Amino acid sequence: MSTATTAQQAPYIEEPLVKGNHTFASITKLITDLNTRPTPKAWYVAFGIANMVFMLMLVSIAYLIWNGTGIWGLNNTVAWGWAIINFVWWVGIGHAGTLISAILFLFRQDWRTAINRFAEAMTIFAVFCAGVFPAIHVGRIWVIYWVFPIPNQMAMWPNFNSPLLWDVFAVSTYLTVSVLFWFVGLVPDLATLRDKVTSKTSKIVYGILALGWRGSSRHWWNYEKAYMILAGLATPLVLSVHTIVSFDFAVSVIPGWHTTIFPPYFVAGAVFSGFAMVLTLMIISRKIFGLKDIMTDDHIEKMNIILMVTGTMVGFAYMMEFFIAWYSGVEYEKAIFILRATGPYAWAYWIMIACNVISPQFFWSKKLRRNVGFTFVISIVVNIGMWFERFVITVTSLSTDYLPSSWAYYSPTMWDMMLYIGTFGFFFTNFLLFLRFLPMVAIAEVKAIMPEANPHNYDVKGKYVEPKQPEPPKLQPVAAEA
Amino acid sequence: MSKTQISQELHGILAEFANPGELYHAAQAVNKDGFRKFDTFSPFPIHGMDKAMSIRKSKLGWIVLGHGLLGLTGALSMMYFMMVVDYPINISGKTFMNVPAWIPVTFELTVLLSAFGAVFGMFFLNGLPQLNHPLFSSENFKRATDDGFFLCIEATDPRFEADNVRKMLKKLGASNVEDIYEE
Repeated sequence: MSTATTAQQAPYIEEPLVKGNHTFASITKLITDLNTRPTPKAWYVAFGIANMVFMLMLVSIAYLIWNGTGIWGLNNTVAWGWAIINFVWWVGIGHAGTLISAILFLFRQDWRTAINRFAEAMTIFAVFCAGVFPAIHVGRIWVIYWVFPIPNQMAMWPNFNSPLLWDVFAVSTYLTVSVLFWFVGLVPDLATLRDKVTSKTSKIVYGILALGWRGSSRHWWNYEKAYMILAGLATPLVLSVHTIVSFDFAVSVIPGWHTTIFPPYFVAGAVFSGFAMVLTLMIISRKIFGLKDIMTDDHIEKMNIILMVTGTMVGFAYMMEFFIAWYSGVEYEKAIFILRATGPYAWAYWIMIACNVISPQFFWSKKLRRNVGFTFVISIVVNIGMWFERFVITVTSLSTDYLPSSWAYYSPTMWDMMLYIGTFGFFFTNFLLFLRFLPMVAIAEVKAIMPEANPHNYDVKGKYVEPKQPEPPKLQPVAAEA
Repeated sequence: MSKTQISQELHGILAEFANPGELYHAAQAVNKDGFRKFDTFSPFPIHGMDKAMSIRKSKLGWIVLGHGLLGLTGALSMMYFMMVVDYPINISGKTFMNVPAWIPVTFELTVLLSAFGAVFGMFFLNGLPQLNHPLFSSENFKRATDDGFFLCIEATDPRFEADNVRKMLKKLGASNVEDIYEE
């Protein structure tokens, strides 16, 4: 009885999004100081390592162009290997950035402002990495321009009936729109930096990039409209991109690929892996840069809930695939799923299940959701799992298709691995440059969600009045029947 | 800055306010007083400022719609020209005008053009990029991107009269009233 009354009486407190008694000026200082202070030594070390790893990518691309795709572990049966796996994996990671910046914006999830800037940066750099693979896997890289409708000496056009061409349009549109969205968000913050930096070069560079932004309310009015429209455009776009990526598989007749569940299943997987990557990067950077007041434990908890939900959706899709394979009555379809779980690639399949389906279930516990170290481990485990998901889909279906005499086992070569590892160098080279030269948190947006930003929290004389806590929903006690 | 500037043309009078609440009330008062050529400046968009200043609805939506329609029709006619008119190819007996297969590219190009419309249309409506502006001559105005809240009444407003405007702004609680000159 007593616990029931305390639960009823306990006021519903909404946690502040920004913690630690910040003012507008201290928020500006907290974030711009990271750009204006002298470059830390550790940055040079990290940048050097990232560059060296990036070299691995460049060397393996150079050797690929020199020698052809024969340097990879592909064979006649498994004609699609790590290139497509890595492509899908990187594109999928990118999707979380757009989800945070666009979909959570439309749902008025104000907590997104703490992480949207670098999640969007992550999106762009992940799409860069993804774009490398389809561009170079074509074999004759010097005719890659054939994928675009450019008039050429053969008077031929690309085939618009092909999912691979849809992919070209989807990914390049996605990259362009992400960059534009990111830049629009950056403009007010670039203006902040322009007004903070002292060196002449920085003033000129940030001054040009800020386009002369001066914070006019008449400008903000159009700006907010543009931001809203861009969010509205990016939302269906991000869903379409991974849908079209899944069409690369689904619009074919290979058993295990030709299923209608692929688009939603791929999108859920993309959001799942992307959120894991955002968590990985966020946990590292909030520690290094001392941003715990902005990226609080509440943020980690909220993201872990999304991780758990999308992880469960992915798990449901795995189950559904098996059910439909059995329900379809198609022998090949049934065989491929039995082979996935028990065949030569069973090890990859069970890694996938352990990492993607089982590991996020720990987040039912509130204690574990708020445990930063544990979250960090799970976030990496999830991305390993999601890589194996793409591996399982691509390789198992190809290696054991209709004709048993052509079945073959696929193993990558050193060049496959070097190229994949090299893209991490590419990613982190870009990401470190971003952390050094651009504000890593959306300064204007964080200020706008502080209660002090709302003019209605001031009285007529301009004095700040603490906003009232929202009222908890009142439950009417059921009147006893007379 | 220097006294020689006094001979120059006045751009407007800039006043600083302590917080978004004060700025909001000041903007309301200035607007009610009949001024039209004035603007407020803040490090973030202030909720409700459009009503306080009677800013008209943004035309951006129409620009985006136009661009989106251009993307839609452009994509469809491009594919029709390439796949049906200019070089039709028989691909496993499929019809040349294979519209369902064109949907993804049509969708992507519609979104792409709409996004161009949203971003470049917004900068166009705002008159940006404009790298220099009389307001940037004020050292104090640098805080408009940090934690400063400003209101500027422009000299081109028919009701503008320097002394009265200064007095009014001070009465509204402005802490820092300064004259801004054209370059």
